[in-house]
Amino acid sequence: MDFNDTPEEAAFRKEVRTWLDANATHKSDDKQSFRARNDDPELLKKAKAWQDKKAKAGYARITWPKEFGGRGASPILQVIYQQEEANFLVPLGFFDIGLGMCIPTMMAYAKPEQLARYVKPALHGQEVWCQLFSEPAAGSDVAGIRTKAEKDGDGWVINGQKVWTSGAHYCDYGIVITRTDPNVPKHAGLTMFFLDMKTPGVEVRPIKQISGGANFNEVFFTDVRIPDSQRLGKVGEGWKAALTTLMNERLAVGLPSGGLDIDELMELARDTDLEDGPAIRNQQVRGKIAEWYVQQQGLKLTRYRTLTALSKGQTPGPESSIIKIVAAPKMQDMGAFAMELMGHAGIMKEDVPHAAGFQAQWIGGAGFRIAGGTDEILRNIVAERVLGLPADIRVDKDIPFSQLGKK
Amino acid sequence: MRAGLLGSAIMNFDFSDDQKLLKEQVRKFLADKCPTKVVRRVLDGNETHADDVWKGLVDLGVPGLGIAEEYGGSGLSPLEVCVVAEEIGRAAAPVPFDTSVVLATEALKLAGSDAQKKKWLTDLASGKAIGTLAIAEGPQPPKPRNVRTMFGGGRVNGKKVPVTDGEAATFAIVLANTGGAGDRALSLVLVDLKQAAVSKKRVDTIDPARKHAELTFKDASAELLGGEGEGWQLLERLYDAAAVYFAFAQVGGAEAAMWMARDYALQRQAFGRAIGSYQAIKHKLADCYVKLELARSNAYYGAMMLTEGGADLAVAAAAARIAATEAYDFAAKENIQTHGGIGFTWEADTQFHYRRSRLMALSIGGPMAWKDKLVTRLEQKNAA
Repeated sequence: MDFNDTPEEAAFRKEVRTWLDANATHKSDDKQSFRARNDDPELLKKAKAWQDKKAKAGYARITWPKEFGGRGASPILQVIYQQEEANFLVPLGFFDIGLGMCIPTMMAYAKPEQLARYVKPALHGQEVWCQLFSEPAAGSDVAGIRTKAEKDGDGWVINGQKVWTSGAHYCDYGIVITRTDPNVPKHAGLTMFFLDMKTPGVEVRPIKQISGGANFNEVFFTDVRIPDSQRLGKVGEGWKAALTTLMNERLAVGLPSGGLDIDELMELARDTDLEDGPAIRNQQVRGKIAEWYVQQQGLKLTRYRTLTALSKGQTPGPESSIIKIVAAPKMQDMGAFAMELMGHAGIMKEDVPHAAGFQAQWIGGAGFRIAGGTDEILRNIVAERVLGLPADIRVDKDIPFSQLGKK
Repeated sequence: MRAGLLGSAIMNFDFSDDQKLLKEQVRKFLADKCPTKVVRRVLDGNETHADDVWKGLVDLGVPGLGIAEEYGGSGLSPLEVCVVAEEIGRAAAPVPFDTSVVLATEALKLAGSDAQKKKWLTDLASGKAIGTLAIAEGPQPPKPRNVRTMFGGGRVNGKKVPVTDGEAATFAIVLANTGGAGDRALSLVLVDLKQAAVSKKRVDTIDPARKHAELTFKDASAELLGGEGEGWQLLERLYDAAAVYFAFAQVGGAEAAMWMARDYALQRQAFGRAIGSYQAIKHKLADCYVKLELARSNAYYGAMMLTEGGADLAVAAAAARIAATEAYDFAAKENIQTHGGIGFTWEADTQFHYRRSRLMALSIGGPMAWKDKLVTRLEQKNAA
């Protein structure tokens, strides 16, 4: 065992470092971040410029085939690039959904001339993409969507509503899953399309979150007309296309980075005077610190096991499926505990060191436990895919969608 | 580039193919020679340990894996001992592995004189000797101010209880009071148990598949292992190494308990379907897996630090110990819970891991003590 790059990896890392040094600003400390609020238009402008620079240098999607602007290289080089980029103050986060999920779905289903039109501007950050899946009545059970697309001449008319659409307010294009046949069981009646977010009848309304930010949106479709050429996959095979999208979501190897962690919690515990002395001397406090440290370290090391498999050209095991199950509740609980250490002042947003950071974790954790697969859905996935336990009973499996909920 | 933990290197954070092969070999041997009916035989019977299994492990060279070639061992790294520990834990094998291969062997490697190593490590590697560690003296956790076993003039007097494998062991490393001040009150002494001045009495414990004894020393001949007054510090270092090996055994046990529960959940029907199709069971078993993987990753890092003699060993060992204890405790108890009533019967195999998980959680210090140690070490690391 060792923590060293192979010679090929080391050479690539050196190349990346040299390029980043020449093109970006090094962070002054590792907590510094550009990500705080991605609903800021100025930030989007900067992010687009950075993305273009990266794409021109061939670092934007290292694993993509060369014809699409990638290097056709192994995922491990992508990870190395990201590790190095994380040391620099650059705006990130705007293109993850588009390049990580939407464009790969396009690659699987769109026509060559469409790929020639859309891939390059997406890669260079000129056009941003969003994914229009969830609906008010279809979250974890995303195949239960109701937004309908009806055939009209040689095109389609879309009516309905999507929700929790990250970035829709600044996105140029989106992929959308619709119901084209309500008279068959729910998975069989879906069809996927892509569309221009400026198509008449598309209306985006940002949703203000409990964190105060507004990163995601409601998107309303009122008689939105699109040509059949924007269909992705066959009519009725939208679920298959959606799985392609979601599969790509899962390939993204990552941990939430930045933010306060054990070091800050220990600092806080040292500085907090409890009835029996500094909080850091209190056995209950020490027990909590130890448990979260073991989790934090366990996640980091689990990621290293995944990277090791990638570096050896193997398919990683299922171990990375635990990451969000552990990280999200830890974030929420540790934030709440840190606030408790501050006593009543833990609720104050000003003048209390670290308060804002831990409050942000407590608030953000509540959302992180839901986004991209709830705690409960992720446990189902582990139970079914890793442990081979039976899938949940699906009472709606053989019933036409239009008959669901009716006696 | 050694900034691996800052996330700026890829790495080879896995066992080698040879180590995996060794693991597979031991796994097959134990599946064949140490199925749960052997655990039950020891649990229900009088034998001190499963000597047939132990002899087979000796033939495979297990006791000598981490012992230098000059003493007849294979001179392999701690990583080889770790993979074997995982398999011993998986089988809940009733053999003196944690005592002899881990604690006694590591104590000799850590503190033994050349002469002591030559004699005892050679005998350990060949399987001629079985060693154990004798620390506790009844209910109070031992500390410099309460150890009553006395050593002086080459003689040891006192009583140690419980001592794991106390009956099977041919020698013991004993924590004794040598009269120094404060933390320097204690020393480790090596006692040949094959002498009339040592008496052994079996004690009942929660895990009868591992026999325990009370050892009484009346002017028994003994010699210092390591310097006088260094016993307490040596014990802490010994426990750090042991914590890593124990963590692998606990990971193996946790994994076995998890799959036992999963297999039963697939087979047992209730309300017209397999209980494993209910989320209450699925999510419980998913949590077993989550804790297991956190434990496995922490254990790997402990093994890496132990092998490198890395400065981070103190923190890594404590983290490995805490995560593994949590994973094994949880899997073992939820395995019984998943089985329902049948899991609470003497006939069921669920009890083996339930018992062993608690024994392993307590025998080199419980989770509360290790959490405290971990935070102390993090404080030291941050201050440095």
